[in-house]
Amino acid sequence: MINVLFAVAFLVLAPILGGLIAGIDRKLTARMQGRVGPPVLQPFYDVGKLLEKEHVIVSVSQNFFVLAYLVFIAFSGALFFAGGDLLLVVFALTLAHVLLVLGAYSATSPYSFIGAERELVQLMAYEPMVILAAAGFYLATGSFSVMEIAAFPRPLIAVLPGIFIGLFYVLTMKLRKSPFDIATSHHAHQEIVKGVTTEFSGSTLGMVEVAHWYETVFLLGLFWLFFAWSPVIAVIALAILYLAEIFIDNATARVRWGFALRSIWAVTLVLSAANLVWLQYFGGL
Amino acid sequence: MAYMKRSPWIIHYDGSSCNGCDIEVLACLTPLYDVERFGIINTGNPKHADILVVTGSVNEQSRQVIRNIYDQMPEPKVVVAFGICACSGGVFRECYNVDGGIDQVIPVDVYVPGCPVRPEQIIDGVVRALGVLEEKRARMKSGEPAEAGV
Repeated sequence: MINVLFAVAFLVLAPILGGLIAGIDRKLTARMQGRVGPPVLQPFYDVGKLLEKEHVIVSVSQNFFVLAYLVFIAFSGALFFAGGDLLLVVFALTLAHVLLVLGAYSATSPYSFIGAERELVQLMAYEPMVILAAAGFYLATGSFSVMEIAAFPRPLIAVLPGIFIGLFYVLTMKLRKSPFDIATSHHAHQEIVKGVTTEFSGSTLGMVEVAHWYETVFLLGLFWLFFAWSPVIAVIALAILYLAEIFIDNATARVRWGFALRSIWAVTLVLSAANLVWLQYFGGL
Repeated sequence: MAYMKRSPWIIHYDGSSCNGCDIEVLACLTPLYDVERFGIINTGNPKHADILVVTGSVNEQSRQVIRNIYDQMPEPKVVVAFGICACSGGVFRECYNVDGGIDQVIPVDVYVPGCPVRPEQIIDGVVRALGVLEEKRARMKSGEPAEAGV
């Protein structure tokens, strides 16, 4: 069961919504730091400018990899909002990030390499949690279909609290926010140069940015599922969730990659395993 | 489309400065001046930058580095020399180990003298550089080379 209309709406509206969220994020971050901050539309100006720049490439293959990264991010988001299979969505998202890593590896630059390796560490860190979240949704609702999970009439947050906290823990990494912004960061512009995006410039970098907007909206959609029984509560919960992320981003320093990996595995595996076992033996709603 | 003027990303290189101008450049990012209001971001990556900000004069060691950073920046790009040392070599001009201003190595678009430059001057210099950046973009769009006379 796939709703094509929702998929098309996601493809058209997600960059607008994602860009606005990024703009509000930058404004709030500036206010938290006691600054005035850029206009809310600044992310659109940035991408507009990147498209006007000269197209400089280090190796021809990076064009393909970055375009494929954008396409697969958009594909996984569209499949999610169309109500497709959650597992397929998760694997398409993984494939997208592997393509980004390959794009970074295709330039023989030490900074790009470190960024690519750290992106792989990130994949390793959050991927088990995302798959366990899909398993949790299945155990609670009896379906991997996003459409059926979203139509589940009772609050999933009540039966999946461990999965929720675990997913929130890795959300920081997925949104590239401190303390887990180890592959590339929106703030640190001078550490390992720019990590995974070091060798991308002009329209290629613009595509990475638009892919990030798509991903932000997709991730918020994933958290929507926990509150899907009541859209009003869902909107409020997502707003609180994102504000918390901005606050954490500004209040914490970046950790080393080893600690990031260990703490994410420890927190997410313990919480989600406990949640799944409880769900399996003591039943859902 | 004038996105170019709304999102200038700078890269800052210290040619051989005494750090006076460098500290003033960094002061622009602080809450008091907050250049991010104008979309200005201090990137550490020449491939993402539109404006090359150089402080300090050129010497044998920094010559290659400045050239290398400049060559890696995608067009259109502008160079701003901040501080009298970057403009002409300043009081170090006659020193045996100083080659002079940044224009000895790369074409400079805006000269901002001062010792050190004040944050207000820096912001003014960058805003003037935006005008040059926009001209170069327009030239690029009409198929001419972005750098006039190259």
